[in-house]
Amino acid sequence: MASNDSIKKTLTVAFALCIVCSVIVSTAAVALRPQQQFNQEADRKSNILQVAGLYETGVPITEQFEQVTARAVDLRTGEYTDEVDPETYDQFSASRDPAQSRTLSGEKDIAGLSRQENYSVVYLVGDPQDPDQIIVPVRGQGLWGLMRGYLALQGDANTIEGITFYSHSETPGLGGEVDNPKWKAQWEGKQVYPDGEVGEGGPEIALVKGGASGATEVDALSGATLTSKGVTNLVQFWLSDAGFGNYLSKIRDSSEGA
Amino acid sequence: MSAATPKGVLITPIFKNNPIALQILGICSALAVTSSMSVSLVMSLAVIAVTAFSNLFVSLIRKHIPSSIRIIVQMTIIASLVIVVDQVLKAYAYEMSKQLSVFVGLIITNCIVMGRAEAFAMQNGPVLSFLDGVGNGLGYGVILMIVGFFRELLGSGSVFGMTVLTPVQDGGWYVTNGLMLLPPSAFFVIGLFIWVLRSVQPEQIEENEFKMKENTKPKEAV
Repeated sequence: MASNDSIKKTLTVAFALCIVCSVIVSTAAVALRPQQQFNQEADRKSNILQVAGLYETGVPITEQFEQVTARAVDLRTGEYTDEVDPETYDQFSASRDPAQSRTLSGEKDIAGLSRQENYSVVYLVGDPQDPDQIIVPVRGQGLWGLMRGYLALQGDANTIEGITFYSHSETPGLGGEVDNPKWKAQWEGKQVYPDGEVGEGGPEIALVKGGASGATEVDALSGATLTSKGVTNLVQFWLSDAGFGNYLSKIRDSSEGA
Repeated sequence: MSAATPKGVLITPIFKNNPIALQILGICSALAVTSSMSVSLVMSLAVIAVTAFSNLFVSLIRKHIPSSIRIIVQMTIIASLVIVVDQVLKAYAYEMSKQLSVFVGLIITNCIVMGRAEAFAMQNGPVLSFLDGVGNGLGYGVILMIVGFFRELLGSGSVFGMTVLTPVQDGGWYVTNGLMLLPPSAFFVIGLFIWVLRSVQPEQIEENEFKMKENTKPKEAV
């Protein structure tokens, strides 16, 4: 056993072990990568389909996703853009890159983002010229951290179809109820502006305590005041002119004209 | 432990010498991942795989491990296995791996894995070590499943995601216990489980390390 502790043996064992282990680890990583990327992609797509209420279990995601078109939108002008490829564009990392984003000043930054990207991807269901649904990515601060999700609007760009959060860290049972299907179901048919009349004060959709009554009111989550406030802020932010406001008003104009 | 039998190493760690209940190892992940049963199950399987294979590989090369770097050698083997398990979960159980998030990676720091490699696999043959790893993984898994069962049942009114007690939110009668969904509740459940286990098997109760001196008069105590 003494020979085991010689310097030569120690180095040999350490070296051989490192080689073997690194080969195993890299083989696993490389061999499984395609499957992992497929999963991530499928997960993102199923979130988009779920918020649009189109998700069917049992049907392959890629097949279901054929009815959805991804387009990139310039958030500053509200026009479609070909500057970035919607298939590969990583919006979240773009919002960190000073070349592709802008800082938000304190007052405007109600969703607590501090930086916002210049381009965003939107998902259109049905005919891209006259979409049945428009799905936009939204995000903002909740109580414990960033909440990320999708908001689906109907073709009139005013009636809400649904909302879903695919990543958040709210308290389970309280703020975590943003995942509750019953709560999410309330959003369907709510309106961003009452009767589609765009007001001066920005989007009116909000979470309210003690029973929602109007078309722009959604029940707040009980026991989760700050999460509810976060959801209100992020929805209002992304639907305002700072977010998709310009883009959505163009859609509203064109659908009225048609 | 001198005469280790294949059956013995597989069975004893489950109740008699349970790594969580008797040795109080691996508590951290037991708190974190037990809020639902399916997650606990996947975590248990991951730990069983890692303990078993790390024991096997450490045992295979035990005669060639220089004692000066043995801990690093064990860690390297364990870390590689954990990465492989993490990658496999990401590829074939994506939903689960999202819920387990960082805790699969933290199996590396689970004292059970390291403890068995150092205490058992370094002295015993590969087959026996493999079984010992499976046994200790099972001991960990049993606790996780029990804790997961109570936390999911009382916290969300379901077992394996199937509703058993219909919660008030969905129009039932059961008022869910939010505390059960938070990590501290696992402490209570593990504590109660240890109490039950030690009532059934009193030989698990440790001797007091320090005894109060009898008949201490108040005067002397001052």
